[in-house]
Amino acid sequence: MEVKTASFEKKATETTTRVSGAEAVIMCLLEEGVDTIYGYPGGAIMPVYDELYKYQDKLHHVLTRHEQGATHAAQGYARVSGKVGVAVATSGPGATNLVTGIADAQIDSTPMVCITGQVGSHLLGSDAFQETDIVGISTPITKWNYQITKAEEIPEVMAKAFYIAKSGRPGPVLIDITKDAQFAALEFSYKKCSGIRSYKPLPEVNLVEVQDAAEAINNAKKPMIVWGQGVILGGAEALLKQVVEKAGIPAAWTILGLSALPTEHPLNVGMVGMHGNYGPNMLTNKCDVLIAIGMRFDDRVTGNLAHYAKQAKVIHFEIDPAEINKNVHADIPVLGDVNETLKLLLELLKPNKHEAWHQRFKDHYKIEYDKIIKNDLNAERGKIGMAEVIDEINKSSKGDAVIVSDVGQHQMVACRYSKFNQTRSNVTSGGLGTMGFALPAAIGAKMGAKNRDVVAIIGDGGYQMTIQELGTIFQTKVPVKIVVLNNGFLGMVRQWQQLFFDKRYASTEMTNPDFVAIAKGYHIKANQVTERAQLKDAVKEMMESEEAYFLEVKVEQEENVFPMIPTGASVSEILLE
Amino acid sequence: MEKKTYTVSIYTENNLGLLSRIAAIFLKRHINIESITASQSEVNDVMRFIIIVNVTEEQIKKIVGQIEKQIEVIKAFYHTDKETIFQETALYKIKSEDFLDDHNIQDFIKETNARIVTVTREFFVIEKTGKRHEVDHLYGILKPYGLMQFVRSGTIAVTKNEMPISGILEKFNTTNSIS
Repeated sequence: MEVKTASFEKKATETTTRVSGAEAVIMCLLEEGVDTIYGYPGGAIMPVYDELYKYQDKLHHVLTRHEQGATHAAQGYARVSGKVGVAVATSGPGATNLVTGIADAQIDSTPMVCITGQVGSHLLGSDAFQETDIVGISTPITKWNYQITKAEEIPEVMAKAFYIAKSGRPGPVLIDITKDAQFAALEFSYKKCSGIRSYKPLPEVNLVEVQDAAEAINNAKKPMIVWGQGVILGGAEALLKQVVEKAGIPAAWTILGLSALPTEHPLNVGMVGMHGNYGPNMLTNKCDVLIAIGMRFDDRVTGNLAHYAKQAKVIHFEIDPAEINKNVHADIPVLGDVNETLKLLLELLKPNKHEAWHQRFKDHYKIEYDKIIKNDLNAERGKIGMAEVIDEINKSSKGDAVIVSDVGQHQMVACRYSKFNQTRSNVTSGGLGTMGFALPAAIGAKMGAKNRDVVAIIGDGGYQMTIQELGTIFQTKVPVKIVVLNNGFLGMVRQWQQLFFDKRYASTEMTNPDFVAIAKGYHIKANQVTERAQLKDAVKEMMESEEAYFLEVKVEQEENVFPMIPTGASVSEILLE
Repeated sequence: MEKKTYTVSIYTENNLGLLSRIAAIFLKRHINIESITASQSEVNDVMRFIIIVNVTEEQIKKIVGQIEKQIEVIKAFYHTDKETIFQETALYKIKSEDFLDDHNIQDFIKETNARIVTVTREFFVIEKTGKRHEVDHLYGILKPYGLMQFVRSGTIAVTKNEMPISGILEKFNTTNSIS
């Protein structure tokens, strides 16, 4: 096999076709099995769009209403399907509008390839019209990026882009292509990338590490698992379930790990972190062995690190060596793809039950249920609560829908209360916390999981950050279900203002438009619920709709999300009220 | 934890933009780069960056982890001063008249093992290669005479231990030729 280096000399062995750089870009996408891309045309990317015209039957291009929407749609598509999402934009503002989505994909390890047009290579550095240094701008937020100035570089660079985006710990790659490289002709032949000598996507598995981990788990009296998105990215959901069941270990999830194990699984003990469940947070500081699987100890998960699981032996299953000891010291690091390491671990585990220990999770759940959950779900007076809406969706979806949430209070409620039977069902912006993520991400999610119901849960604030994507929904007729939980506030910020800033509600109250009229303006079926009595039927109608549907629910204005770990507090200082 | 001077050696593919990718890792963590050099390494087509920073060991471990994560980085190492042989070079430009009138300067040059690079009617250029403190020492001596210009290079360093880069590349070639 030929060694991939920075040189792009073509071997004259394979048969080639003479095409333009622009056509080569499309041919590369088809070679990589891409069938749907999201984008927005403009001057510097026009040659590629011109070729797209020719390939319309093979490659579905979705015209979003803003380039940011293209990235989030590509992310939604990637998150549900496991395939690489593709976003296309022109140079200058088209390229800079991708930045938020790229940063989001980077921090949430989403495989994405962004293709941007660039001014002609003779104009580079001349401050030409719509010239921006997108390679420079995107450097800290991409897994890899590259500027193509010669047509003949296209096949090899595109092959590398897809390989890098999806291998190892996935992430976004940006390829910037000058306009002259799109116009120029090349001899096209394609070979998928299978290795780059300076890049090691999978660390070698060290059996001793797995053995040490197995021994610690077998000897543990109070073990606890916290799993993250690594389980989903590694396709290790079934293994996780087997490990959990064989060793009888209570298992909790991070926000991005959600749906890897069914919600109703008896050993699924809920979410860790700032608005996670009471039990797993409290007991993080009581367990004797903490088994972290494909997660990165984000500060929203750990709270104050000085008081995080100090009593526990920490085992960290992780694909990215840079994550080991980054935030939490790993007594036993287990490097590798969890799909490999959990398989080895499973064989070494002794069947076990930790009933008394598991009971403590149940006891904590009872406390949380009595204090919070019961009221969240069964309010009889006052305005509708967010959790009631989620609960109603659960009843209708039976846990089989993809839930796409935006960022804020509704996101926490959606993740706390949504029920899932299948993996890759929870799409949300975890690391970056990007408001405006959900509406475009839902479009991509529906296209990536055509046979599943996709429900976007969005707050009235985030909704208005990318509301223009209603146009994309209208044009593509993608049948997504959109629920806006309207409390007339930027609710999460308002909650912090109430709790930590003496109720000084600075710029968090929103005067909102008629959302139903806006949806109808886009010819999307729309309904509004203001009373509890209407909720059930309205959700049912939405869930049964064959076409796109918008449902606005007027919810309690000053609801707070609990439990809550205040910033700087320990996980075991979690507040129930 | 105590801050120390660390030498970070990074072997990379020669790639446009990699310098800014590496620099961004330090920038993001608000860490000042004391010096940086880049040149061809002992392996063909492989570049070697030498970066000097003053940080704690915990910080340097994490930084090296982040650097190694970059696609075109083959391998990164960090070393303390004790583990490396390091040198830097400085040039001192002084007025000829100061130099000729004061015999002390000539003695200093001899004592510090510095070297005269150029002599003109107007100025002399003196070069000193050595450890940072030696370069600083000569700077202290010459400063009162009125330095017209002073410039120092980044630190370059080789490690006392072996750097198994060729081995790493060899291994890639073998693994990939099997398939």
